[in-house]
Amino acid sequence: MNRIEKKFSQLKAENKKGLVTFITAGDPDAEKSLSVLKSLPESGADFIEIGMPFTDPMADGPAIQASSLRALEKGMSLKGVLSMVRDFRESNAETPIILMGYFNPIYCYGTEDFMNDAKEAGADGLIIVDLPPEEDEELRVPAEKAGLDLIKLVTPTTHDERLKRVIEHASGFLYYVSITGVTGTKSADIDAVGQHIAKIKTQTDLPVAVGFGIKTPEDAANMSKIADAVVVGSSIVQNIEQNQDDSNLNDRISEQINALKTAI
Amino acid sequence: MTNAQKIEKPNSFNLGPDENGHFGIYGGRYVAETLMPLILEVEKAWHEARDDQAFWDEFNQLAKDYVGRPSPLYFADATTKHFGGAKVYFKRDELNHTGAHKINHCLGQILVAKRMGKTRIIAETGAGQHGVATATVCALFDMPCTVFMGAEDVERQSPNVFRMKLLGAEVIPVTSGSGTLKDAMNEALRHWVAHVDDTYYLIGTVAGPHPYPEMVRDFQSVIGQETKEQMLEKEGRLPDNLVACIGGGSNAMGLFHPFLNDTDVQMFGVEAGGHGVDTDKHAASLTGGAPGILHGMRSYFLQNDDGQITEAHSISAGLDYPGIGPEHAYLHDIDRVNYVSVTDTEALDAFKLLSKLEGIIPALEPSHAFAHVMKMAPELPKDHIIVMNLCGRGDKDIFTVAEKLGIEI
Repeated sequence: MNRIEKKFSQLKAENKKGLVTFITAGDPDAEKSLSVLKSLPESGADFIEIGMPFTDPMADGPAIQASSLRALEKGMSLKGVLSMVRDFRESNAETPIILMGYFNPIYCYGTEDFMNDAKEAGADGLIIVDLPPEEDEELRVPAEKAGLDLIKLVTPTTHDERLKRVIEHASGFLYYVSITGVTGTKSADIDAVGQHIAKIKTQTDLPVAVGFGIKTPEDAANMSKIADAVVVGSSIVQNIEQNQDDSNLNDRISEQINALKTAI
Repeated sequence: MTNAQKIEKPNSFNLGPDENGHFGIYGGRYVAETLMPLILEVEKAWHEARDDQAFWDEFNQLAKDYVGRPSPLYFADATTKHFGGAKVYFKRDELNHTGAHKINHCLGQILVAKRMGKTRIIAETGAGQHGVATATVCALFDMPCTVFMGAEDVERQSPNVFRMKLLGAEVIPVTSGSGTLKDAMNEALRHWVAHVDDTYYLIGTVAGPHPYPEMVRDFQSVIGQETKEQMLEKEGRLPDNLVACIGGGSNAMGLFHPFLNDTDVQMFGVEAGGHGVDTDKHAASLTGGAPGILHGMRSYFLQNDDGQITEAHSISAGLDYPGIGPEHAYLHDIDRVNYVSVTDTEALDAFKLLSKLEGIIPALEPSHAFAHVMKMAPELPKDHIIVMNLCGRGDKDIFTVAEKLGIEI
């Protein structure tokens, strides 16, 4: 059982829902970002998504776009992301880490090399936003070989026929994008999301996490009623941005994560 | 360049793309899942339109009466005499309504959008030429139009911003990322993700996810088809060379595609070399970039060792894009088309020379093509024929050129 499976079955046994927290690697700089990363599990994060910064994050809203640029300006790279994961694993062996990003940096790194290096560093899964099922084979096969989960996105526009295709090769969990839009913008319609998740559940036993547009503890509480986990990204990233020069940055983030975890 | 693969030469050069939109390893559909169903819908609508004579009848009628096609194939006598070598012809696509070739694919795409039942149009633009052409067809078909344009370009290209507004379009300055054409395209894609139900994204070049590279090419191929007929009529044979400038590559693809299987016709795609391809200020994706994935496609992009996209630079805002259409990437790898580059300075010299020699003020984009013609024509025999695509007129560029020449107007 890998870390992702283990965490979900543990949550299920305790009748709890999971909190997935997103931060962009290297934001506001490598040192502070690693420090925030290390503090997340203690604050209540069940899973950690680490954004691999990219100059052209097509599916992201202003908050995550800005965080990517901050990280890149401070020199973050794909190698740097893996080194953060390695450092994190020195003191944490349980919390699943999912790397989220866009295909180009991985392709440039060398897809197979990256899979092997990511696995070796201690990552558990990948979400690659711009690789729909039609194009994912060249990444999926080496990911499977390396033992990394490829987490697929399901969206409000994914109709029944496509859903089969999307979940065919999915592993780890499914990430339900609750809005038609980019990260951190609109808020979702809970009823519509609930109906979609119910439909997904008839076709797969994989856990379903919901993300995009979940900002407050209230949002998280509502979504956790209909999903196995909730993903909070932009609002954490915004909190990091606002407090990047605060010497108690970790505390500010910790308070936020704590409130989210308590709510779900 | 580890990702570049040499592909074996195919038996036919114009069969692509395959059913998933790949030209060799290039092209494809690298978009977020939210957009995938819509992209497939665009493909279906386009393929249905392509097989429908009524669609082409409407397109051809508008191309003739509204755009002014066919554009002339002009024997440039003064230019030919000046170089003393090859015979030079210009395909006069700068005479189209709106002053460039962009109107060809705008007209085609808005007809596809209408078939899909979409009620509003979005587009990205760099210099504003594609934005103006899009706003024009939206005015013609009475559809609301939103154009995303890098904030810096909004400043630099204020006459075109004013034109778009006159035509009824809303122009949204894009400040995200580096605030240039690539960011305008990112922003248009982001907007589209949030408005999938009623909106059609009218992409301005042979780039983006499948089917755009194929669809835009097929609408632009009218340039090459006309050239072929006109050349046979005037010279009784095909030309020896075709020359066209390349940003994303729509005018070049339009000229080249109908000639791809005429293997005696040698083709030159001219990229924007900016300050020189050995500097970090150019827009030559094939000469100075590497294979990668951006804006829904695999192609060549300007990028650093970590796969981060770098800024393009060109004196010509229309060529200022860090990528290139996937079919060009393919034609480059199989050596069917020669891709070369010319610098800002060479393009500027070409701009001045063409204006004086022929009384045609070219846009800075085809000035790049002409700069390459300047290099090759004098060395070639007198019975050698070159066709250059004069894809846009230069009125929009007089401010940029005056500034470069240190003249206040």
